[in-house]
Amino acid sequence: MVIDALLLQLGYNATLVAVGAMLLGVAAGMTGSFLYLRKRALVSDAISHATLPGVGLAFIVMVALGADGRNLPGLLLGSALSAWAGLLCLGWLVRRTRLAEDAAIGAVLSVFFGFGIVLLTVIQTMSSGRQAGLENFLLGSTAGMLRMDALVIAGGGALILLAIFILRRPMLEVAFDPEYAAARGLNVDRVDLAMMGLVMAVTVVGLKIVGLILIVALLIIPSVAARFWTDRADHVVLIGGILGGLAGYTGAAISAAVPNVPTGPIIVLIAFGLFALSLLFAPGRGVMAALVRHLRFQHRVHLRQGLLALAQAQQIYEPRTLRLLRRAGLARPDGVATEAGRARAARALRDEKRWEIVRTDPAHEAAAAFYDGLTDIDAVLTRDQIAEIDRRIGSPQGVSA
Amino acid sequence: MGAEFVPLSLPPILIGTFAAIACALPGNFLLLRRQALIGDAISHVVLPGIVAAFLVTGTISTGPMLIGAMVAAVLTVILIELVRRLGNIEPGAAMGVVFTAMFAGGVLLLELSDTSSVHLDVQHALYGNLESLIWLDATGWGSLLDAQALRYLPVELPRIAITLVAVALFMAVLWRPLKISTFDEGFARTLGLPTGLIGLSLVTVAALAAVAAFDAVGSIIVIAMFICPPAAARMMTNRLERQVAWSVLFATLSAVLGYVLAGYGPLWLGGQDAVSAAGMIATVSGVILGIAALYGPCRSRTGAPEGA
Amino acid sequence: MLELASTDGHVASDTARAQSPLAVRGMTVSYGEKPAVFSVDMTVKAGSMTAIIGPNGAGKSTLLKACLGIVKPLSGQVEVMGRPLAEMRAKIAYVPQRASVDWDFPTRVIDVVLMGLYREVGLLGRLRGAHIDRARACLDRVGMVAFADRQIGQLSGGQQQRVFLARALAQEADLYLLDEPFAGVDAATEKAIIAVLKSLKAEGKTVVAVHHDLATVGDYFDHVFMINVRRIAEGPVATAFTAETLQEAYGGRLAAAQVDQISAALA
Repeated sequence: MVIDALLLQLGYNATLVAVGAMLLGVAAGMTGSFLYLRKRALVSDAISHATLPGVGLAFIVMVALGADGRNLPGLLLGSALSAWAGLLCLGWLVRRTRLAEDAAIGAVLSVFFGFGIVLLTVIQTMSSGRQAGLENFLLGSTAGMLRMDALVIAGGGALILLAIFILRRPMLEVAFDPEYAAARGLNVDRVDLAMMGLVMAVTVVGLKIVGLILIVALLIIPSVAARFWTDRADHVVLIGGILGGLAGYTGAAISAAVPNVPTGPIIVLIAFGLFALSLLFAPGRGVMAALVRHLRFQHRVHLRQGLLALAQAQQIYEPRTLRLLRRAGLARPDGVATEAGRARAARALRDEKRWEIVRTDPAHEAAAAFYDGLTDIDAVLTRDQIAEIDRRIGSPQGVSA
Repeated sequence: MGAEFVPLSLPPILIGTFAAIACALPGNFLLLRRQALIGDAISHVVLPGIVAAFLVTGTISTGPMLIGAMVAAVLTVILIELVRRLGNIEPGAAMGVVFTAMFAGGVLLLELSDTSSVHLDVQHALYGNLESLIWLDATGWGSLLDAQALRYLPVELPRIAITLVAVALFMAVLWRPLKISTFDEGFARTLGLPTGLIGLSLVTVAALAAVAAFDAVGSIIVIAMFICPPAAARMMTNRLERQVAWSVLFATLSAVLGYVLAGYGPLWLGGQDAVSAAGMIATVSGVILGIAALYGPCRSRTGAPEGA
Repeated sequence: MLELASTDGHVASDTARAQSPLAVRGMTVSYGEKPAVFSVDMTVKAGSMTAIIGPNGAGKSTLLKACLGIVKPLSGQVEVMGRPLAEMRAKIAYVPQRASVDWDFPTRVIDVVLMGLYREVGLLGRLRGAHIDRARACLDRVGMVAFADRQIGQLSGGQQQRVFLARALAQEADLYLLDEPFAGVDAATEKAIIAVLKSLKAEGKTVVAVHHDLATVGDYFDHVFMINVRRIAEGPVATAFTAETLQEAYGGRLAAAQVDQISAALA
């Protein structure tokens, strides 16, 4: 059943929803990446919660005008307008008052959301009495989705992708280094505004599928996961899009195939699974890789410190250093160097001595910047340079036995 | 004030007020520590905590559920810190990853398990049901002295009252360490203060307040009260002690005014039914913040270093 | 045995360490995977005014923070008057970098100084008039008593630095550790701060400060600890603050003319 769904065998509507969710996921993953690189990930939280009053007001207005309150484009337009209002409030609080951005985000999201809930209860009791089903916007629901709605979502996702494609260069530059971008003549405020516009568009389009509480997840999680795999900003955006699309598509398919599995939460949980995998196993920035690297690093520090202490006949106080030296066969349990230990210690000391020359000599300034007590000198200088330095040290004065 | 005030309105007003103050108190420090959104994160994970507790115990008794919510909240805080440190991710993004995923997990569990027989749903989690916390055994103000009637007070009232006392006690006892470590963490450590532990206990107390308040009034109030009253109070004064006092005042004002407006506002406007009290309380707190941000005497920044 | 030819020959004996107000042994601190401080030994002389100097990114502040337990070292020990740091906290006062806190914090100048009395007043002890008087006296010593009731955000950079110094004075410690106390302050503040530090020295206290203005080292301090990831030199200004040690610590970053100028000023 799940396989059928993944292979788009569940009928036209389910297929449309899956494709729509995938497009939404890609758009959210990419937009979220820009936002994350700009270090404003949680702004999306404020934007998404701020859509609720707009949904309620749009419903009320449409009913008052005698139209069907559940008209999706109308509701989405309303949500976009109130998200915009929320964004304006957020910007005003941050610029005009002493509130930090996180507090302003929290204030906007809770107040707009609270007001939205008030409106929902108003609608529940409205004399027109029709069951609005607006609660579905909280958590999203694809059950019983109209074909028209699915088309709106798929079309909206595609439009957002097009906008990202057009705006990608300025957004990358601003996300990477806003000051430099401004110096180059980019209007940073306007690019930021466009970025927020995209976030808003993603939120609005995603309301129906994942709901306003969870759309934040789709904006944040794929981009954070993508960051583990690369240090290049444009690749973060690309990978964020791929991960988001993957989560959207698989989630929608599973939800269509398995009864009672709501679309929004399953999409988010799949995205989180991808994040967890990235966090743990990504090469370079992943936890496993970092752990291995850190242990090796500690090992090197202790060993090097121990060798230098041996070379200068100092006592070793750190039990760990002594243990590592002993295990490497460089020292005896009482802290006295073995034959091999003496040789290694002499080499370490000679390296240290060479570094000293490098660091005093202005000609070697570039190389001297690499000094951190651990870097091997042959990694920085050529053999000829080292030979030249050794000449300056002169053997008898430098290493006396 | 009619005779129906005590049975119908007094308990929800008191519960709402106590909940608002219990959240606003730690909110002051969360605001200054740039952790304002911790309240947001905590209130999102209360639902999964409750659902998990229900699935484990199989009953809908309050005790295990509150414990489940508490565990989920503390777990979230630890997870956020873990993700932030392990992944070297900025705090906001780490928070966003963790609490949305936990919330999604809670909703999924709820939908997949058979909870149709019990009153446990997402909407209740969001707006609570402040309006239903009535005291039917009361007949008027005299009932406040009637031991028989007092026994049938809505159980949420003593619960949130005890929580408020606990939160206030915590703040009073740890006031100095909290203040010093919030202002200058490095200096606090040189005094030998366990700054990590202080931070964790603050968040734990915030979680306690959130869980107890959530049980009575839903999560919207919780998020709004963590942030709006302290933020508005920050615009009123440049002294922490006074800021806390203002935040208590604003929290009380939001709760009372919000409840009254939700209950009677629609009637004044010609409607028949009350609107969500929780939503209205959050709205009022936002209006107060807006007014403070426009006219508060200390609304703009002073701390920008002036060069030399 | 092998001997490091370039060290200043300053190898502190165990008794010197035990008497030192601040002794560090084999300290390595690293952020990420590059040591900021590598295998450093330091023995501060009692009653001295010691400047920790070195180029940008040489690990000066990191060393100071590791001495105070603010950052956790990868390896190494800190001893204060021959005892572990944890037992001796009451003897140490610390002046952090001004930029390390949020000056928008809602509190007054006098409240910041009173934080220095925390170890005395404790969790719930009452702040008495005597405490307030002491805090005001400390503010007076740095010329800030007129600002006692101001909100801290309204102060200039130099005034903020003086408030931090007053807080350290309130701690009535034996060892004062300061992180770049002269960074970004006006000339009057610099003078006021150095006067207070010299009076502390006259009272027999020990002062250790991270310092970056090489031109004033000789005027302000009597000892230097020169660091660039590793210890370069340590001792009285006359022997440890020389053209050679400067060259080694700063490498090409210090123009030869500057070195000449400094050594001329010292001579």
